[in-house]
Amino acid sequence: MAADVETLATVEALAGEKYAHGFVTDIEQEFSEKGLNPDVIRFISAKKAEPDWLLAWRLEAYARWLALDEPDWAKISYPPIDYQALYYYAAPKEKVGPKSLDEVDPDLLETYKKLGIPLKEQEILAGVEGASRYAVDAVFDSVSVVTTFKAELAKAGVIFCPLSEAVREHPDLVRAYLGTVVPTSDNYFACLNSAVFSEGSFVYVPPGVRCPMELSTYFRINASSTGQFERTLIIADKGAYVSYLEGCTAPMRDENQLHAAVVELVALEDAEIKYSTVQNWYPGDAEGRGGIYNFVTKRADCRGDRSKVSWTQVETGSAITWKYPSCILRGADSVGEFYSIAITNNRQQADTGTKMIHLGPGSRSRIIAKGISAGRSTSTYRGLVSVHPKAKGARNFTQCDSLLIGKDCAAHTVPYVEARNGSAKLEHEATTTRLSEDQLFYAMQRGLSQEEAVQLLVNGFVKDVLQELPMEFAVEAQKLVAVSLEGSVG
Amino acid sequence: MLKIDNLHVRVGEAEILKGLSLSVPTGEVHAVMGPNGAGKSTLSYTLAGRSGYEVTDGTAQLLGDDLLALNASERAAKGVFLSFQYPLEIPGVPALTFVRAALNAQRKARGEGEISAPEFLKKAKAEAANLKMDFEMLRRGLNVGFSGGEKKRMEIFQMAMLAPRLAILDETDSGLDIDALKIVSEGVNALRAADRSMLVITHYQRLLDHIRPDRVHVLAAGRIVASGGPELALELERDGYDKYGKAA
Repeated sequence: MAADVETLATVEALAGEKYAHGFVTDIEQEFSEKGLNPDVIRFISAKKAEPDWLLAWRLEAYARWLALDEPDWAKISYPPIDYQALYYYAAPKEKVGPKSLDEVDPDLLETYKKLGIPLKEQEILAGVEGASRYAVDAVFDSVSVVTTFKAELAKAGVIFCPLSEAVREHPDLVRAYLGTVVPTSDNYFACLNSAVFSEGSFVYVPPGVRCPMELSTYFRINASSTGQFERTLIIADKGAYVSYLEGCTAPMRDENQLHAAVVELVALEDAEIKYSTVQNWYPGDAEGRGGIYNFVTKRADCRGDRSKVSWTQVETGSAITWKYPSCILRGADSVGEFYSIAITNNRQQADTGTKMIHLGPGSRSRIIAKGISAGRSTSTYRGLVSVHPKAKGARNFTQCDSLLIGKDCAAHTVPYVEARNGSAKLEHEATTTRLSEDQLFYAMQRGLSQEEAVQLLVNGFVKDVLQELPMEFAVEAQKLVAVSLEGSVG
Repeated sequence: MLKIDNLHVRVGEAEILKGLSLSVPTGEVHAVMGPNGAGKSTLSYTLAGRSGYEVTDGTAQLLGDDLLALNASERAAKGVFLSFQYPLEIPGVPALTFVRAALNAQRKARGEGEISAPEFLKKAKAEAANLKMDFEMLRRGLNVGFSGGEKKRMEIFQMAMLAPRLAILDETDSGLDIDALKIVSEGVNALRAADRSMLVITHYQRLLDHIRPDRVHVLAAGRIVASGGPELALELERDGYDKYGKAA
């Protein structure tokens, strides 16, 4: 109850504030040459002081990418992307790789302070909410600025660092897992990412360890005409547990910016990974100018028996979202979950959903997807539940609900189901409702303003998913939902 | 309390209220009775400020304030409460959350502070007990899966919590069996107060056996065509609305 009421207060406070993170940090940056060719890839690899095998891996991906076509099956439309007009690497000058906080450029610290991301460990520790502290890896364009709580995590044996550092410090781990969940040639955007990926986080939780705090990576696109291609790799070894959160923002710009990330999760026997995303990339203005093109491949391999991966996403940003966090349920009795809230307003387009690939016997999956469309936006849920012959007794429950606000938006649900084992139990429920005038009037008659009424109704609609988020992020996400839908009625 | 003068209301192309005048003094309970299509629901929606109900002429004042200049939530903050004929379902929003948000929104609009959580819960528990409601119902999505009687009880619960100055009860008896009718009526009677007025809108006389009005008005073809004491309701029950239909 408190959270809903709090949201109402927050909406009030946020009135007029459409996209709070739209500022640009004025900082001297270093770029690769514009466009993409093998030299640019060599430049990126050299900047990261990478071993030869990784450069070879990138170049091979690049060669494959050249042979692939951009996918066109999603329900989104956008002008052709000129891949030669982008910068594939941008970094604040001087600092390459993470340093101690004292060495970080004050302008960058100020940026994260403005974004509300805590980077100073002592301040977090001094804070009243002792229980809610979490470690942050802050990625600014193509490099990681700083990673907090590394020492404390190391005590528990947890590795949490930028991927480029992991390549240098833990090459065997990276080499053993990189590209094993999302192969280089998996799809057009993943392939591009494999060639040019610049930064991202690496997490390894050793056997039997429960990661002592929430881990999070905060991605910030700052530079103009620059793509962001981060790559995240998380490994939970046998019996390990980790909860990870990803947040993203970008300045308001008239141009469209490309974001093509890859996230790979590996859960071994009895391991559990909870991966939450609050995606708040700049969505473009009311007329659809600017905004991020978000083409992301996220996949988890539930490799071990009884392993579990849970994806929770709150998607409010981006001009275009193309994203299907998936689970390969390889282990016996492995579990995959997908909880999603996708909100589109104005002229945003989202084509998002999940794939649950049941390979292991007794594997179970659960999908709860809530789409909210307002303005002239389009929201599509696209999902696949596939049960392979050996997945005896596999079970899936899918629920897709769409809420329409106004009369110029659209919602689509495209569920694919393949069952090749007769013992599988699959359930699918879907609803589409329009936020009704009647409900709004009812709430307003009780004293709520129109904006508050919309908030309350929407919060009720997304409640099942919000409660899957870690507490402090649930509050954050709720505020975001409020801001995203501002002015959507009336 | 409520003073309506020569009210003309249009819904779409049709004029539904055609010069309706009505006064409800503070502390009194008035019934508005009328045949189907007379404009009863239009009257309640217009007073509550629903969009689509276009006032083309006339005035409506609450304690001297021009009601028609306010939007629905502002009227609520002024103390107008409408018990809906068909209460809406709000999935995922518990009744407690809904009522507390509404109460605090009203208090804020009046420049008052928020009600504290313990104070709110205490009051909610007491009012739920008065209406013989299972408190757990208040933790579920508002009205979702409720029976007709439960929904009406929930309306009266909200009315008790929001403590309005003017309560408009739109066909509160519809869909109620005799036991539910009794509980709801008792709930309404408990809320009668010297500083509160009620407008009970109904087609049938039976509700008025339980909620005794101070005055009864007959609404036919968009106007009040007769007014009298409680005996007028009994007369209508006996003779029907025929003569008013012709009069209008």
